[in-house]
Amino acid sequence: MSATPLLELRGIDKSFGPVQVLRDVALSAFPGQVTALVGDNGAGKSTLVKCISGIYPTDAGEFLFNGRPVSIHNPRDAAALGIEVVYQDLALCDNLDIVQNMFLGREKRRSLVLDEPTMEQMAADTLAGLSVRTVKSLRQQVSSLSGGQRQTVAIAKAVLWNSKVVILDEPTAALGVAQTAQVLELVRRLADNGLAVVLISHNMNDVFAVSDRIAALYLGQMVAQVKTTDITHAQIVELITAGRSGALGLNAGNGSNDTGGEPAAAPGAAR
Amino acid sequence: MTSAALPDQESVATPAAVPTLTSHVRGYLSRVRGGEIGALPAVLGLIVLCTVFAIMRPSFLTTANFANLFTQGAAVTLIAMGLVFVLLLGEIDLSAGFASGVCAAVLANVVTVLGYPWYVAVLAAVLTGVLIGSVLGMLVAKIGIPSFVVTLAGFLAFQGIVLLLMEEGRNISVRDPVLVAIANRNLPPALGWALAGLAVAGYAAVQTTRYRSRAARGLVTDPLTVVLARVVGLATVLGTTVYLLNQERSFNVLINSLKGVPIVVPLIAVLLIAGTFVLQRTSYGRHVYAVGGNKEAARRAGINVDRIRISVFVICSAMAAIGGIVAASRANSVDPNTGGSNVLLYAVGAAVIGGTSLFGGKGRVLDAVLGGAVVAVIDNGMGLMGYSSGVKYVVTGVVLLLAASVDALSRRRAAASGGR
Repeated sequence: MSATPLLELRGIDKSFGPVQVLRDVALSAFPGQVTALVGDNGAGKSTLVKCISGIYPTDAGEFLFNGRPVSIHNPRDAAALGIEVVYQDLALCDNLDIVQNMFLGREKRRSLVLDEPTMEQMAADTLAGLSVRTVKSLRQQVSSLSGGQRQTVAIAKAVLWNSKVVILDEPTAALGVAQTAQVLELVRRLADNGLAVVLISHNMNDVFAVSDRIAALYLGQMVAQVKTTDITHAQIVELITAGRSGALGLNAGNGSNDTGGEPAAAPGAAR
Repeated sequence: MTSAALPDQESVATPAAVPTLTSHVRGYLSRVRGGEIGALPAVLGLIVLCTVFAIMRPSFLTTANFANLFTQGAAVTLIAMGLVFVLLLGEIDLSAGFASGVCAAVLANVVTVLGYPWYVAVLAAVLTGVLIGSVLGMLVAKIGIPSFVVTLAGFLAFQGIVLLLMEEGRNISVRDPVLVAIANRNLPPALGWALAGLAVAGYAAVQTTRYRSRAARGLVTDPLTVVLARVVGLATVLGTTVYLLNQERSFNVLINSLKGVPIVVPLIAVLLIAGTFVLQRTSYGRHVYAVGGNKEAARRAGINVDRIRISVFVICSAMAAIGGIVAASRANSVDPNTGGSNVLLYAVGAAVIGGTSLFGGKGRVLDAVLGGAVVAVIDNGMGLMGYSSGVKYVVTGVVLLLAASVDALSRRRAAASGGR
């Protein structure tokens, strides 16, 4: 786990016509850590994610990947760098099975024919690497899976390609208590496997359960990036709703008070 | 809580458990209960219909009539096979019937009026189909007109084009021996056996190769008994069919001998194998299913959705062209009504009765063949019973409605059981 962030954004601006959605936003994601991205509705979380994944072009600002400046113009650029996004609506095909979904658009082939055994084996290895034991058969259709299992498949699809940064957009929003616990455990395991994980969530319990660092957006500005252990539940809520909390937030450092240089004491210590 | 909410999925499964015959059968039954009924209604319907007609009209069971079923149903089945691709995307092609008519008219004009050899005519007909499909697909994918409207317009326009190509209602005869042979001649009995043997051997080879390669990698395989049962099942069906078709079915052997597998049967079989291969074993086929299942997911996975949508209309119209060639061959001529009247609805009915979903994402080329058999049996059996075409239309319409209800209900059922 290096001290340089795997993914670092600096001074990102983004406007839709006259509306400025992101204002000088900075964000760092470290390998082996879960960075929670929090903020109220309309704070710009989803826009920021779409800028990172190359769906939206940015107006200003720079991307650093492993310390080197890079440019991301489209989703393919992001994928080439190893940045994968798991969207809220999962983007799975109900009528295909788990393996088919995981390899969708990137099927393994031998000349013209699909190489099913290889794909099934790779899918099985990936799920085993994430210690997923909840799916009965890799050949069952996604329509027969529970919400938590679908989320698991979507996450496994994102890590299948040796990705380095995984961004999860509200992975637990639609899940019950037990399934939320399963998915959070999986999120933690991704970070423990050395990936940089960015978790977008509205649920403060989830954020505190799983994250190492918290980045708070308020009306398009990054108001704080702090270690989870250095902040309380109440402070985060204040940052989300008012943009400041005591010494943190707007007019008190404006997102530059980044303490994430060194990794948190131990992964999962916050739990 | 976990185990209460998800009874058999979340319980710690043992993925390495070797499936036995019983677990395989149980898995199949639970899938059927969950709404994945596939071609089951078509197969059951076929058995029931054949039994009823056989009891009511013994002439239904003669080998001559058995051979008739194939040539009668061939054109509709071929069109239905193409329609499966369009239906897989949740689209519809209402113009397929008259598209086959246009292609047949082109065939007849090229071979009879212009006097070119048969292969030039066939090529011209298929290319006409490809052109029609490209135009329809472009209008649907690029302009964004609903396929229902585009193809309804095509339905009317192509009807007019057939009339124009026929010079206001005259019919053009097709006398080329090769073209006439497609739907009217039979294979030599020995060749029929050879092809059937080849098909069974090929199927067995594919099945065992898959079994071996999966077993070698330690992946879960179907039980060997099931693999064996599939091969034996295919061998039985093909063997019986070829045996029956190889019987003499001429009324007077001295005048002409009439036996062997009709030439359209291997034609359909080859296209069935090709279509199944494309849909099940290539990434193109996988993308067709993906676009039919969740267009947005397919787009995000980097699949060129527009290209897939155009391509299925091209395949559908090209298959319609082949259906039109067979229809022209069977009638020895092309008239302004070729591909008209009930052809399109029979073809849509065949695909849906066979288990292809009207909602997209579910279906196989084999469905069209099984459904085509059901439609052919209804048409043929009702004809033998002496019912008027009015009654035939009503019954076929009811069967289509029944199949669509089964499709809609099984989809609801799948949604209910899938939401666990």
